[in-house]
Amino acid sequence: MTHGAVTLLLVILALTGCQREERDTRPQSALGSGEQPTPVTTLEPGGQRPSPADNKAASFEANAFHLSEGKRLFGWFNCSGCHANGGGGMGPALMDEKWLYGSSIESIHATIRDGRPKGMPSFHDKIPDDQIWELAAFVRSLSGNVPSSAAPQRNDDMMPHPSENRLPDAATLGKSP
Amino acid sequence: MKRPALTGFAMACVLFLQGCAGWQSALDPKGPAANELAWLIWFFTALCALIWVLVMIALAAPLLMRPRAPSEPLVLNAGAEHRKLRVVLIAVAMTVSVVVGLTLLSFFANRTLAAIGSGAALTIRVTGHQWWWEVRYEDATPNRILTTANEIHIPAGEPVRLLLTSTDVIHSFWVPSLSGKLDLIPGRINVLDIKADKPGVYRGQCAEFCGAQHANMGTFIIAEPRARFDAWWNDQLRPARSPASGEAKTGEDLFLHRPCVMCHRIGGTPAGGTVAPDLTHIASRRTLAAGTLTMSRGNLAAWIADPQGVKPGAHMPVMELNGDELNAIVAYLEGLK
Repeated sequence: MTHGAVTLLLVILALTGCQREERDTRPQSALGSGEQPTPVTTLEPGGQRPSPADNKAASFEANAFHLSEGKRLFGWFNCSGCHANGGGGMGPALMDEKWLYGSSIESIHATIRDGRPKGMPSFHDKIPDDQIWELAAFVRSLSGNVPSSAAPQRNDDMMPHPSENRLPDAATLGKSP
Repeated sequence: MKRPALTGFAMACVLFLQGCAGWQSALDPKGPAANELAWLIWFFTALCALIWVLVMIALAAPLLMRPRAPSEPLVLNAGAEHRKLRVVLIAVAMTVSVVVGLTLLSFFANRTLAAIGSGAALTIRVTGHQWWWEVRYEDATPNRILTTANEIHIPAGEPVRLLLTSTDVIHSFWVPSLSGKLDLIPGRINVLDIKADKPGVYRGQCAEFCGAQHANMGTFIIAEPRARFDAWWNDQLRPARSPASGEAKTGEDLFLHRPCVMCHRIGGTPAGGTVAPDLTHIASRRTLAAGTLTMSRGNLAAWIADPQGVKPGAHMPVMELNGDELNAIVAYLEGLK
């Protein structure tokens, strides 16, 4: 009796681990349904935008699958061309604690989607919305802002920095608590 | 009574053997490497079957024979002991010679395989991706280098050198009718030489589990006479055809302003992505999505509208297009012969 209960408890515990990897294997085809609310202006101090009705941020932020997809897309879409591998170049660094438009995932999503002054292009039509969320989630992981249990654990190529799950939280780096 | 059973058995055998033929079968060899391997497979199977039958007979014989009167265990019979020793020694000698013989056969077959590529005039770089094949024809003249996907055209009767590598996980290149399999390993280049004796289409398949869509990672080797192959190469080097209709023109504009352009390349347009299959001449290929769908207008539309339904897990994303936009893009791609 107790053995059965313990086993059941262990199975349930093990199953909770699956949430980290939860993925939508067949997202709804977006044919004709993909119109997003257009912001009135792209210039918003702090980058805060009214959050869209669907709470996408939560489902992308701590999800290992979306984070690793974001990492893949970061390379595929040549974000490194301007931001290097997070260290910054022509564009600002992404792995430090400085955020020009705030560190929230919504704000990063807005940056990628609508662009920002002084060079960040808009990818509104070029990247499907889900992939923009994945990229935004990954950008947060570069400065240690996502749970290390979900952040990408491996670099596929030689990298000047360790994998994202071992990157320290940039905001507290070098400061005693 | 026995006749019908025998006839039935023979017919079943013929039916089974029918399964060995086809465009993807190691038992239906169409090139020197596959010939060598098929011969080896049949010889090994036949010899091992013969040995198995002999061993079974040797095991069954004592069981079926009438037991001799038990001899006194303490009395030594030198003659019988010698006989037994001789039988064991002969069996050991036969085993050793069979194992060594088969090893030598395998060695010489390997040597033949390695010699096929000597003097190969054509080098093709095949890169494995989840889940498609990137095919790049090398040439000393840079503007004759050609990149395509999933279909490998080769001249029939000529050896061709394939340089195999991968960008993500380990894949394996296997066209059973032409050669054995060889892995595609990230950061490493493996060399596989193939030769097709006759023109034809031979199907290949990734043979190393590489993720969700491993089963839908097919490739086709299309062997053609040299003249036709050269014509094909020259044709593929042309930039993409300009759109023929107004709808196709709209499709081109959409292609260049929507997510398609981020990953795909179309020669002669600003689309220059290299992380997904080159679409410059997509309509000239037989299949879509690495052998998943046959090429047709309907399948093109299905693949673009619902890639995750056709090939769940593939990196082709779901895009925000309405029906008219989808039709326009399909009309454009359909014209890229």
